[in-house]
Amino acid sequence: MNKKEIVTLKHIWVWRDGVLALEDITLPIKENVLLGVIGPNGGGKTTLLYTILGLLKPQRGKLSVFGISPKEARKFIGYVPQHQFFDLDFPITVFGVVSMSRYKGFMKAYSKKDREAVDAALKAVDLFNLKNVQAGKLSGGQLQRLFIARALVREPRLLLLDEPTANLDSQMQKSFYELLSRLKKKMSIVLVTHDISAISVYVDEIACLNRKLCYHGDKKIGIKKLAEIYQFPVDLILHETPYRVLEEHE
Amino acid sequence: MSILQYSFMQYALLAALLAGIACGIVGSFVVAKRIVFISGGISHAAFGGIGIGYFIGLNPILTAIPFSLLSAIGIGLISKRTKVHVDTAIGAFWAIGMAIGILFVTLTPGYAPDLFSYLFGNILTVSPLDLKLMLILDIVIVLTTFLFYKEFLAICFDEEFAEVMGMPVEGLYLLLLCLVALSVVVLIRIVGIILVIALLTIPSAVVKRFAHSLKQLMFFSIISATILTIIGIWLSYLLNLPSGATIVLTMGVVFAISIFLKRF
Repeated sequence: MNKKEIVTLKHIWVWRDGVLALEDITLPIKENVLLGVIGPNGGGKTTLLYTILGLLKPQRGKLSVFGISPKEARKFIGYVPQHQFFDLDFPITVFGVVSMSRYKGFMKAYSKKDREAVDAALKAVDLFNLKNVQAGKLSGGQLQRLFIARALVREPRLLLLDEPTANLDSQMQKSFYELLSRLKKKMSIVLVTHDISAISVYVDEIACLNRKLCYHGDKKIGIKKLAEIYQFPVDLILHETPYRVLEEHE
Repeated sequence: MSILQYSFMQYALLAALLAGIACGIVGSFVVAKRIVFISGGISHAAFGGIGIGYFIGLNPILTAIPFSLLSAIGIGLISKRTKVHVDTAIGAFWAIGMAIGILFVTLTPGYAPDLFSYLFGNILTVSPLDLKLMLILDIVIVLTTFLFYKEFLAICFDEEFAEVMGMPVEGLYLLLLCLVALSVVVLIRIVGIILVIALLTIPSAVVKRFAHSLKQLMFFSIISATILTIIGIWLSYLLNLPSGATIVLTMGVVFAISIFLKRF
């Protein structure tokens, strides 16, 4: 099945503060696909997302996001950052967090349509009944869904998730992936993580990233291969022979 | 109440209200964005402007305005654009600003009147000119906050996300620090440079435990800051104590009580 490519990275090189963070990355992101990018901490995962968002400019290579410049394309992208420093005391409600994302520019007030979109996004992640609760009162799993709602409310065509499963236990991960597979019908999703157990059967395609990227696509790695992955002890997969289970790299 | 018949007392109450507006609004940003120590740095650096005012013979409050604005932008730019950590920039500006102030005060011939009141505040020396200046600065603060409320809220909550949404994050951050600088100038007359940080922190910190939105936080911070300042002024009059220190200690007691209450 050949799906349309919405984002194309071709031979992308990015240096951050003089250190090579991404080396010769070639990666297609296809329509309605859930792509999992696995790699160790410091492997360039967040850099990859920043590059797609246009927050970092690649020094070499060709980047096309929806056929326009990454900065212009940002309005089609929902981004869920790796939130470790969220101030739980911050005076803001669940509704308030999500509505910020409907920002359209200086002096432009939120319309009725914006408020309806916020309600719809909260319903999609099952937080609507908590909309007037102070955001810091939510549990880890609810917060994760809150930030997804904040990305969804922009009605994105591409959703970028940075380490989304870090604070979720396995039960919550399951419902999280079920949410993603529902969302996938309307958009493409890129999920980056260091946690190989986070890559579940719901992921359609896999790429491994450690400065260089190895894109496995969906043909080479099926559910059977993923089952193989789970038979390995996790730290062995992470630190010892991380990618060999997928295929031999050159 | 007979003490209200004195014009200096009327000025003091007006000053308390104007100070409450400035520190309620700006203090809410300071506490929500956790830039308390940047604000401390800016307020101490403002002493450089006071010293220059003495030296060139202008009202020190007037010269404190450009000086604290420049310090705010300086700390902001250094922490955003260079590898210097924000703590380091604060430490440097804090002391350099005060050193410039001391140097110019010393270079000014003769005795420096009121110097103590700029450092520790004296609400009873507030003049009609001071009140007009405070009013103008308040208007600037209120207007800027009104215009940029959504943007300020976004950068306080999550700078990275604000950037993704295409906001000019650095410019907004510098603008916010400039508001801090202006509010410092508003508050100098009330509690002085050394104690300003209490007014920018305590009222909002007390209210923050109960507020559900930034607007609520601002509104109740203004009310609590004004009331606490007035109580402080009244106590200092009653007990014949320095007004700045009494105001800050009044707030300190309320802060302690709020922490105690929240535990239950």
